[in-house]
Amino acid sequence: MLPTPDLSHLSSKDYELIYEPAEDTFLLLDALEKDAEALRATKPTVCLEIGSGSGCVTTFLNQILGSSVIYLATDVNLHACRCTCATASRNKTIVDCIHGSLACGLHHRLKDAVDIMTFNPPYVPTTSEEVLMAQEKRDIQGAWAGGVDGMDVTNHFLSVVKELLSPQGRFYLVALKANDIKAIRQKMLIENGLKSNIVLERKAGREHLFILSTR
Amino acid sequence: MVRLITHNLLACHARGCTSNNFPLRFSDAQIETRKADFNADFIRAFMPKLEWSALVDAAKQLGDTSLPLEAPDMLDEEFLKNLHRVLLEIHIEEGSMTCPNCNHRYPISNGIPNMLLAEDEIA
Repeated sequence: MLPTPDLSHLSSKDYELIYEPAEDTFLLLDALEKDAEALRATKPTVCLEIGSGSGCVTTFLNQILGSSVIYLATDVNLHACRCTCATASRNKTIVDCIHGSLACGLHHRLKDAVDIMTFNPPYVPTTSEEVLMAQEKRDIQGAWAGGVDGMDVTNHFLSVVKELLSPQGRFYLVALKANDIKAIRQKMLIENGLKSNIVLERKAGREHLFILSTR
Repeated sequence: MVRLITHNLLACHARGCTSNNFPLRFSDAQIETRKADFNADFIRAFMPKLEWSALVDAAKQLGDTSLPLEAPDMLDEEFLKNLHRVLLEIHIEEGSMTCPNCNHRYPISNGIPNMLLAEDEIA
């Protein structure tokens, strides 16, 4: 089993501003570790994490795949970008972190080019106004406020996933049972042309978490 | 983090700006050089994804003229090591990147590029 990246440089002060890795993060790590062999076999060169927060997931991917990959990450929250870079550096690796929303500025050049993409979106059901406000304020609320069904931000991003993925590319998405997994997968297939499967699921307290992947 | 590999992947995404929006032009760039592990396989694998002339031009803007104008067919060790250095070891810490088409300016602060757009600029 791979160790969880060293996050000891982050303090409770940081976690007032960014999302602290929790069960959803760890389930995503477990899913990536479960698929580690298959991921290595695709010989990836480009990884992209959307909403990298603490940088835990991207740094973990680096532990799986090593230095033959460029690790790109984006976050709408500037403090999260700083923490992502700090976590990479703490674990002796490098992440190219971009302060921006979703795959902003990367669409043009990364068409059909991303080999592994991960997204742990804001999935908690709230009102749509809360999402807009949170994404605009670019603070910690943006890490969880997901709008009606918790799917506002996810749905927005799903529409561009296919054109970013390379032919052998894989997309990993964190979702809640309350988001309606069956409906998400159907929508991904019909509207976004993305065939998905459930890599892992786990009950953690009140949340029933799922990791979906496009392969 | 802005390295030339990152810069080679970023284009302007302001509303309506869909052509001639790449590569972004550096200004007031402050650079630092930091060693990174050399991985020849990665450089070779990444070569086809590069926009070569954009890279040559960006390096030139930062005062590095070591890259040939045309990407060579034969990739020897010396060439790969130099490309590694240019792509992965030059960090742009401060400055900005400007779109050649709409002149939108994306600032770089503490090594982090700000690609956010205001609400009315989002495509």
